[in-house]
Amino acid sequence: METVTITMKNAPALYLEADTITPDTFAGKTAAQIADLPVFEGNAPSTLGKYFEIAGNTGATAADTKIIVKGDVRKVKYLGMKMSAGEMVIEGSTDLYVGAWMTGGKILAKGNVEGFAATAMKGGELTIEGNAGNYLGAAYRGDWRGMSGGKILVKGNAGSDVGMYMTGGEIVINGNVDVHLMTHAEGGKTIVKGNATSKVGGQMVDGTIFIFGTIETMMPGFKPNGEVELEVDGIKGKFAHFIGDMGERHKKRKGAVIYANLYKKI
Amino acid sequence: MSEYIIKNGNVFDPVQGIKGDKKDIAIKDGKIADKVSSSAKVIDAKGMTVMAGAVEIHAHIAGPKVNLGRIYRPEDKLFSCTPTKGMERMGSGASIPTTFKTGYEYAKMGYTTAMEAAMPPMFSRHVHEEIRDTPIIDEGAFPVFGNNWFVLEYLKNHEIENTAAYIAWLLRVTKGYAVKVVNPGGTEAWAWGLNCLSVNDPVPYFDITPAEIVKGLIEANEYLGLPHSMHIHPNNLGNPGCYETTLDTLKLAEGMKAKNKFGRESVLHLTHTQFHSYGGTNWGDFESKAKEVTDYVNKNKNITIDTGNVTLDETTTMTADGPFEHHLTGLNHLKWANCDVELETCAGVVPYIYSPNISVCAIQWAIGLEIPLMMKDPMRCYITTDHPNAGPFTRYPRVIKWLMSKKARDTQINAFKHKDKVLSQTSIGSLDKELSLYELAQMTRAGPAKTLGLGHMCGGLKPGMDADVAVYNFNPDTPVADPENIEKAFSRCAHVFKLGVEVVKNGEIVGTVNKRTLWVNAKVNDNPQVKRDINEKFLKYYSMTQNNYEALGHHFVPNPYALEVDATHV
Repeated sequence: METVTITMKNAPALYLEADTITPDTFAGKTAAQIADLPVFEGNAPSTLGKYFEIAGNTGATAADTKIIVKGDVRKVKYLGMKMSAGEMVIEGSTDLYVGAWMTGGKILAKGNVEGFAATAMKGGELTIEGNAGNYLGAAYRGDWRGMSGGKILVKGNAGSDVGMYMTGGEIVINGNVDVHLMTHAEGGKTIVKGNATSKVGGQMVDGTIFIFGTIETMMPGFKPNGEVELEVDGIKGKFAHFIGDMGERHKKRKGAVIYANLYKKI
Repeated sequence: MSEYIIKNGNVFDPVQGIKGDKKDIAIKDGKIADKVSSSAKVIDAKGMTVMAGAVEIHAHIAGPKVNLGRIYRPEDKLFSCTPTKGMERMGSGASIPTTFKTGYEYAKMGYTTAMEAAMPPMFSRHVHEEIRDTPIIDEGAFPVFGNNWFVLEYLKNHEIENTAAYIAWLLRVTKGYAVKVVNPGGTEAWAWGLNCLSVNDPVPYFDITPAEIVKGLIEANEYLGLPHSMHIHPNNLGNPGCYETTLDTLKLAEGMKAKNKFGRESVLHLTHTQFHSYGGTNWGDFESKAKEVTDYVNKNKNITIDTGNVTLDETTTMTADGPFEHHLTGLNHLKWANCDVELETCAGVVPYIYSPNISVCAIQWAIGLEIPLMMKDPMRCYITTDHPNAGPFTRYPRVIKWLMSKKARDTQINAFKHKDKVLSQTSIGSLDKELSLYELAQMTRAGPAKTLGLGHMCGGLKPGMDADVAVYNFNPDTPVADPENIEKAFSRCAHVFKLGVEVVKNGEIVGTVNKRTLWVNAKVNDNPQVKRDINEKFLKYYSMTQNNYEALGHHFVPNPYALEVDATHV
């Protein structure tokens, strides 16, 4: 695997829409060709080379390409958007839509990321060492198709609306989450090692939530369903089981109604 | 104004019976001319297909429910934006494009006239603001009458003259073009939690049946002699077995004759026939009844239809059949929006994905193609996608490909997950017919123009007609090696002229015109009763006054073009 390093040297005055920074677009290109890739600064068309210094080599395919993003990219959006293979390491914190619509490959964000990370993600891995913003692994505005595959790990906290309209895949959050966890979800799994606040699993049709810490306010639409011993993400423990959201439509499988599951560690 | 001469093209013009002859088409002062001076600009159309600009008879492209779709589906704009380019303003949206993108896309495919198929009268101002902002194409809008309180009350007592006077008044104040009927009585019945699923289901409170509404509106339409016929989306749309309701509706026109000065012969236009040609009793034994419906239409010359082809896309359904959209959201569990319009209508909006992996969607696709392939008279069957309901209008080139190439149809059939079911529930597999370019010109130009009462203006290339011309990079003399070339050629025109102005060149927008709003000015005898009824309804029920109702003046209708009708002699 070849590695190309892009370093922010000339920070944009406005937010930079850089959906071209992906292994898929970089693959097979020289540093000069990468510098010519289009980006938008605000609503003005520009090129990558105006902001970034580009060093190293790319592989022939996305799978053979690793991108290291250095410098202050807190005003850069869409890093790794739609990437299908390869790797990306973001050394600092960054803005909206990291790994949005990604279908494969790996992204490691060493700082914090803003909202809409992994929007409608289909596959691959996204690891965030800092905190994630709102709408992590959620659907795009108005859409009903959230994260459907792949894996997200957040070592810090995440914001609100995590996993909204999620249909598959897995999200693990080592810290806490804010309101509206897995709202409208129809599948997938979210593990919160810290605490949750309220509206956990609101209007959830299917899917699973594990909360290791506390839930500030439970949804009235979730019904207690006994206690179970489980091993979750390598941790064994006793969990209170709830099913819901009772106010929402649910599918039937072999005559039995399928509810969403909420497990809270006791 | 500039003169043009389009030389050596293969001309297809059903109005003059020209079937691919190599002819020159002259353009002068915005009209097709016999000849032009030597200074005319020459367009070389050698090896190309030349037709009149196409005429869209049924699409939802302006107004409150279209905009409701735009507002509540931001995801429809995702990855479908087109930036500012040359003369083009930016646009966005795939199934519900912005007004500017709508005008550009139609023009690039060679369409120069389009009809907005359902205008809620109370929101005609909104409809006209969007029409104004849709560049290039001439447009008209059909106000909806089938659930209107005035119509229900007059027709309950079979008061045709009063109904006609009301229609004339409404067309004038809303700058409307034709009488549109959507789920007659059913949408109003929904206000009582009911629906009308057959032509004999009574409408609560009003105590009138859909059959009485439909017959009465045909009579009133012919009493006035309007350019277009009564244009209907019948009861029971989209349900297995609905073809029986469709046939019952069509039978209501039996014995009725068109009376008008525009050359129109039909008294009933059945729209998006695909959605009304379903057999079976549930989604499991769902099957095509295209044969039964087209057999009836083939025999009855006073009926015209359009297809409503399913294009296998993700789209946004929207119709003034409010109860149907509520039913649909219960089937697909996607978001639903509703737009009730007081005394007049009630539209709903639901996104829909026509997936080639779902047997019902694949059967719907087949039915949409069976209908035009089974129609004997292409002058009475027009290609539509009921945009955006069965698919976006931007897919017309793909529908044309399927109709012109059995190979393309077979490729699609083989790609279906439930291929066997499509073949057993429809007869698409046994239809060998491939549409000719002449038949295509009948189904997309001459036919719809005639039925809209616009046959004297557009849809043909006869000298004196509007110079709306489309030149396609498609050579009818060479066999089609790859059906994809059909789709490609019909997607982007080599040249398009609108009213004599070159608006498209090599698939790009290069010009624009002062687009017109087509409407019908029907003069009727003074009718004090209808006047009094209108005043009373506005005082008692409407949330606005008459002064705020009318779409009037330059802001709403900057360039009106009225088709004059005189019904005072009756």
